[in-house]
Formats: sequence, C-alpha cells, structure tokens
Amino acid sequence: MTEKENVLTREFEIKGKDFSRAGNISSKIKEILQETGISNSIIRRAAIATYEAELNVVMYANKGILYFTLDPDSIRLKIDDEGRGIKDISLAMKEGYSTATEEYREMGFGAGMGLPNIKKNADKFKISSILGKGTTLEIFFFLNNSGAS
Amino acid sequence: MNHYLHFVRVDENKCMGRMKCMRVCPTQAIRVRGGKAKIDDEKCIDCGECITSCPSGAIYPLTDPFGELTKFRHTVAVPSPALYAQFGQKITPAKILNGLKKLGFDDAYDLALSCGEVSFALLEYLRENSETKPLIINTCPTVVRLIQVKYPSLINHITPIDIPREIAAREVKQRKSKQYGLKEKEIGAFYITPCPAKMISIKQPAEKEKSYLDGAISISDIYGPLLSAMGNGDIEESDESIDKLCILGLGWAMAGGISRTLKLENSLTVSGLPEILKVFDDMERGSLQHIDFIEAYSCPQGCIGGSLTVENLYISYNKILRLIEELELKKIKRCPDVKEVRKKYSEGYFFKKHRLRPRPLKPLNDDLTKAIKKRKEIEKIYEKLPKIDCGACGSPTCEAFAEDVVKKERSLLDCVFMLPKKLRDLSKELSELLNKTKSINETRQNNNKSEAKDK
Repeated sequence: MTEKENVLTREFEIKGKDFSRAGNISSKIKEILQETGISNSIIRRAAIATYEAELNVVMYANKGILYFTLDPDSIRLKIDDEGRGIKDISLAMKEGYSTATEEYREMGFGAGMGLPNIKKNADKFKISSILGKGTTLEIFFFLNNSGAS
Repeated sequence: MNHYLHFVRVDENKCMGRMKCMRVCPTQAIRVRGGKAKIDDEKCIDCGECITSCPSGAIYPLTDPFGELTKFRHTVAVPSPALYAQFGQKITPAKILNGLKKLGFDDAYDLALSCGEVSFALLEYLRENSETKPLIINTCPTVVRLIQVKYPSLINHITPIDIPREIAAREVKQRKSKQYGLKEKEIGAFYITPCPAKMISIKQPAEKEKSYLDGAISISDIYGPLLSAMGNGDIEESDESIDKLCILGLGWAMAGGISRTLKLENSLTVSGLPEILKVFDDMERGSLQHIDFIEAYSCPQGCIGGSLTVENLYISYNKILRLIEELELKKIKRCPDVKEVRKKYSEGYFFKKHRLRPRPLKPLNDDLTKAIKKRKEIEKIYEKLPKIDCGACGSPTCEAFAEDVVKKERSLLDCVFMLPKKLRDLSKELSELLNKTKSINETRQNNNKSEAKDK
C-alpha cells in the first residue's frame, strides 16, 4: 500500500494509422512530468521518446498500449503493440534503416530514425519482437543522477 | 517567492464573472472566485487574450498616461511599425511621425530603421548558428514568456539579438544627449505599442535587464489625438514620399514579414496562441529540425493584430503588404548599410547583455514523492468529475478544478454536478434511515401488540 502511494501509473491506447492523434500522449506525459517537477532535460528526452514510440505504433501496428510509470527514482514507458513485429531488430536499430512505405516517406515520416532516436534519448532501452504478433519496447529514464537541466 | 509584474488588471466593479476570459486564457491563469476574475501572476504570460474577450470591458492594460511626458526634458516617440498600418493608404509613415511631433513629442523616431538593422544582424546570427535549428524570433514578448513558462527546453532557440525597440531607445538616448547636452535620464523614450505584452516587457524585461524605454502608450489611446493632429496644419512635401522607408523594418509589423523582406528560404510563420502551442509541441518532439527560422506572434497576423490596435487587422495587413510591394517594385532599399551592421554585430552591439532563463511553473511539491502523491489525488478527483469543462465552478477545466481542490483552493462541492449528487446520496441515505425507523417502529408495535396479547 505505502509502496504504491508514490507510484503513478497511466495507460494510453494507441490506434494504428491514427496520425492526427500521434503526439497527444507525449504532450500528456510532458504535462504530468512538468507538474511533478521533473527537470527540463529529462522531460524533453521523455517527450521525444514517447512521441517516436507513439509514431511507431501508428505507422506499423494495428494498435498498442503505452504504460507510463513514474516513481521517485525513474520514469518507465512500456509500449506493447499488436502488429507485424520486427524481422531483424539489429537492422531496425540502425540509423536510416526503415521499412516505411513510399507514402509515409512522402509525408515526412519513416526516415529510419525512430528507434535509434528512442535509444539515444533513453537511459535504458529494451526491445523485443515476435514476427507477425507485435513488438514491445521498454524505455527508462533515471531521475537521480541525471543532473539538473 | 517569485513576483512577476503584470500589467493586466481586473476592474472588480465592472467584472460580472462571465468567465469568457477564463475560457480563452491559454495558460489557464484565470479563475473566477466570488463572481470576479482573478489572474494568477505565476501563470500569466501577458498575452492580452482576456482583455480582448471580456464582454464587460473589465480587464484593462495599465498603460502610461500622456502626463508622463512632462517628467523629461526631451521626449521621443518610438512607434511600433504597426502604427503605420492603422491609417488609410494615403497617410504615409512620414506623415504619422510628423503627427506625433505635433502631439507634443520633441521628436519621433522611425523604428523601421532599427528593425532593418536587426534584420541584418539576425541574418548574421542565423548564418553563424545553423546547428541550433530552428531559431525563434524574440520580438513577441508573449512568445518569449510562453517558452519560459511552458517550453523551457526550447529556451536556447530564442534569438539573443536585442529587439529593435530597445536598440532604438538606446541609440536615441545616446544621440540626443550628445546633441542637446542632456543627461540620458533626462531624455524620455516612449514606445507606441500595439499590445499590452510589450508594455510589460518594458516594465519588466524577460531577461531582467533594464529597458531603455521609459514607458509605453497604446495605439488605441493615441489614435484619436494623432488623427486630428495629422489633419491640422500644412501637408509637407516630404510627408508624401515613402522613399525613406526601410523595407526590412516594415516586415516587423506583420507575421511573416521578417522572412519575406530578408528573403529567408526556410522559415515558418505562425500566429495566434493555439497554433503556436501546436508548433512548439512539434518542435519539442524534435520534428522541426529541418526549419531554419520561426516567426511566432501571439496576436493573429502579427503585431498589427495586437489588442491595442484600432484598424481591422486584415486591412492593416493589406496596408503593410502594399507598402512592402511598392518598395520592392521601386527597388528602393533605403536600409541600413550592411557593412556598418556587420561591424556593429562583431562588436556585440546587437546582443542582449543577459541570458534568458526559464520560468517553469512551480511543481505540485518540491519533493518528488509528495508531488506524485498529489498528482494521483488530482487524478482520483478528476475521475469523479463530469469531464465536460463547463467552467461553472470558476476553474477553466475539470482537470484544473481537480488541481484546485487538491491545492485546497476549492472544495469538491463547488462542482455543480457534485452538489446534486451529494444531495441525492444524502436523500437516499435519509430515506433508507426513515424506512429503517419505520420498520423498527412497526416491529416495536407488533411486539407491543403480541406482548399485550400474552398478558
């Protein structure tokens, strides 16, 4: 009970192909982090990572859920999606590699920077995927030793 | 404690608590308490939306009265180029400047000139700082304050070049003091302003350095007197010519004007706060890195749309645009000397002395553990609310209300939906209790009867 009191959790649904809402979760999370007094540099990194993760679900999956957890030591994001999954994770983590369609690229997405960008901004990053089923991302930000903004 | 000075005031005698201001405030800084609007100093970014929206005319900016002029031995009017857009096509900037002198200023300075210099300086800065993309122009004080409060991580993107009105006032004071053998403080430089935000930026600059301007007079206050002053007296030949105008400077009056007159290739222009929020959200997520330069103005169409202007902003836009087009067509470039500007630039002439610092809102609690707990309480209360943001409680949204309840500024029963619910619950409880009493009484009566029988 006491342990749970200082852990804030939220769940957000993400719909595939719903580009107009991509970014909403990122904004909401930014708001929570600002209200709770997290340093600006961490907020910015978390906002970028959340947005990229949202976009990945919107572009490549049918749907997904983003679990957000904030406790006094860390911010955790877990994104579970139902979709086609990733064939070769190490390839997907390469900057510039993308399986985006021509259409997406014309819209300015799919530059192959999404996953690498999440990793770059996170303090810890885990990814696993089952082809044909979906992908799970876990993104961590640590609040203690990251210094003030 | 932070004490921010604001020049937006509520006249409590006029305020009827109609909540229009509360709904339009982009930072949710307004609450209606006891039927009167109250502005939270920490959240207010001086955009003036509340002034424009108030149906009772109860919210007003504090501008300087004309009387202030008598405090100085020599006075200079420094009008925003937006003033040039307030009158018909035939009334040229030169005529307007002359009109200001007739009104009682010892001199009137064409701010477009300083704007032009700063345009060139910006070009230099853009060239040198291509890695911090995109850069955001700092001319709109509301945008600067919005970034300080809501987007602190974007603060390094704001240009550090001083704004033209400040550079002009500094220059004017130095020049006039030499010319007339006066001390600089004996010279009063007054900005003619299109919006209340600039008034505040003069009284309390965002960088906490002292402004070179001594006050601000609103365009709406000076409009009438200026119009009649221009109508009096002979029309001077020079009044008719626009050849002395700096085309680069005119661009500062309208959204997109700086980019257009500088012929910047990769810029973005946005005006109106809701649209600015969208652009800054995108920028914060890192999706605008391909843009070089952002012109953002809190007022629609830029300074000509300021809440203290008089003319319809689209007509103003048209006038500025026509002036720019005419100058472009005539290929007139009465602008500052580029070489001179470069020299001054390298000497640091254009740069602000102090760095801009973020002004983030106070968190729910300085201790993270406690802040998280509070945030959870807010969410718990929010879940109980109708989530229709009716505003009847005097807070702009259900979420803001939940926060106000947790901060103990409001009670849950201030929600018009919670009170009937509570009453319903109470009456249900009451009728249950009544039923219970009834059944107790009945049982007792029955018992009495059977006892009587037994006897």
